[in-house]
Amino acid sequence: MSREDLVAGSPVQVTGTVLTTRRVDAYHALTVVAPGIADRFRPGHFVTVAVGGRNTSMLTRRAFTVHDVKPDYGGTVELVFGVRGAGTAWLADLRVRDTLDLVGPLGRPFPLPRDPCTCVLVGDEHGAAALFALGDALQQRGCRVDFVLGAPSADRVFGALRARRMGETTTLTTEDGSLGMRGRVTDVLPGVIADARADVVYACGPMETLRGVTAVAAEFGIPVQVAVEERMACGIGVCMTCVVPVIGDDGVTRMVRACADGPVFRGERVRFDDVGTIPFDALGAPGGRHA
Amino acid sequence: MTADLRTYLAHVELPNPILTASGCGGTGRELAQFSDVHRLGAFVTRSITMAPRAGRPTPRMAETPSGLLNAVGLQGPGVEAFLERELPWLAERGARTVVSIGGGTVTEYTALARRLAGVSGVTAVEVNLSCPNVEDRGRVFARDGSAAAEVVASVRAATPYDVPVIAKLSPDVADVVAVARACVDGGADALAMINTPVGMSIDVDSMRPALAAGTGGLSGPAVRPLAVRCVWQVHAALPGVPIVGMGGVTTGRDALELVLAGACAVAVGTALFHDPYACPRVLRELEELLQARGFDRLADVVGLAHRPAGAQPRTRTDLEESSL
Repeated sequence: MSREDLVAGSPVQVTGTVLTTRRVDAYHALTVVAPGIADRFRPGHFVTVAVGGRNTSMLTRRAFTVHDVKPDYGGTVELVFGVRGAGTAWLADLRVRDTLDLVGPLGRPFPLPRDPCTCVLVGDEHGAAALFALGDALQQRGCRVDFVLGAPSADRVFGALRARRMGETTTLTTEDGSLGMRGRVTDVLPGVIADARADVVYACGPMETLRGVTAVAAEFGIPVQVAVEERMACGIGVCMTCVVPVIGDDGVTRMVRACADGPVFRGERVRFDDVGTIPFDALGAPGGRHA
Repeated sequence: MTADLRTYLAHVELPNPILTASGCGGTGRELAQFSDVHRLGAFVTRSITMAPRAGRPTPRMAETPSGLLNAVGLQGPGVEAFLERELPWLAERGARTVVSIGGGTVTEYTALARRLAGVSGVTAVEVNLSCPNVEDRGRVFARDGSAAAEVVASVRAATPYDVPVIAKLSPDVADVVAVARACVDGGADALAMINTPVGMSIDVDSMRPALAAGTGGLSGPAVRPLAVRCVWQVHAALPGVPIVGMGGVTTGRDALELVLAGACAVAVGTALFHDPYACPRVLRELEELLQARGFDRLADVVGLAHRPAGAQPRTRTDLEESSL
């Protein structure tokens, strides 16, 4: 099978064996053997995992960005997550050689520039995990990569070391000032963009951060690609629960699925102020002009 | 040897009894990434409405023990876009398509049925009766036998004779048999049950409802006993009416339970969110369970749990040995 076939190929479900588990500051990282997923992976893709084992009472799959894929054992994927509920707590308790049900790769990956250019990669908390595969792909195309990573505190800044090795420059921010600059990623971003003369911004993190990053990029008039985090149940586009208001090519706002139509969108197309609502001018909004 | 899993919705033959539940299979394209849609007994669409609908605000989903609360609000592109982009794709792939329709008034249901009449690729029409009736202070059609029957009768009248009309019932009623009977009297060729009962969950951290809409439909294994009870009661009262059973089916055993209660077809819903291969898996497991119990026809098992205590299940061997 050629590489192009794999790209066109669909996601697969695999029962993978856990190869390694480790703690990374406040987060957990799991490496799972999943050749079918590793082969098809592109930066920006995500995977979903079933949690709780057989006969689980937890019916929704948990979605995670992929930190890394490696060719060992036919192909492995590494997931990074923080414990936020019963499902992630179960994942954190997994041991080496346990099995995990994964579906992936899912979603639309980051579009990559055709010609070499300067890219600023912004990651807030463990959203930063998705940026390193992207950074690799960009550097292979001859792009300059600059990192801006942030979190509320030092133990929640993910990947600072790797960013320092990879990036032309790396700027860290924490809200409590325990690492790097005190503040948020959006506070330092204008300076980084100006110093690097950046051509494009890529961002991962909570909606509030993405909104701020998009606003900064808009000020500089450069394109911004954001990977949104929205609560999902299925990850494959059937449950319709992870919708966000996004403006289409025709100028019409639609409630689109973060999983199947995203998670990567052009920042200026996402109506961040209206996330969590149905904008009155969205297609099919109650009482709207299209209704 | 393979078991004969054919089943009938009124006169329409399905090669196997496993369907997708409305609103759980997307447009079909999403599931087709994992398994062929034509291998399903039938693909049931999300409820199609006349105009495009943006649905409810997020959060639309909350996980509960063995269940899932959702309030999507029938998001969809409207019937014209459905007929232009989604139905032809399903027809091309040889899927038998049951089109679910939803509306706020009897007129809207009728208009939808008229729009679908004569369109090729419509195997059956399922009437989603769990929509609020705009003309009756938002009371859900399915909660009132006469309102449900009125909708079913007008859809039946507008639908070609060779396309069965399936009435989808809600368990949130005092007497599900009365509503079922009213729908059959109104012309329903088959019944589907259960739609999701209404539930609610409150996030104790934010101290607000977990769903933006407040309440939502509860699905998943948590509601399966409710589904078995409804199918059982309706099959006991109306043994000749084909029933599509659904509610928390995740394995072949769950499907068999509904079949034993009286369902001749079984729809898989929330399980698809957990396992995109759920439909072919449930079908395979159901076939294995039938064979392990000595049955080679699905039809022999439909409603079998209703036989009197102590009676042996009738098998093919009995028939062969009889003088008939």
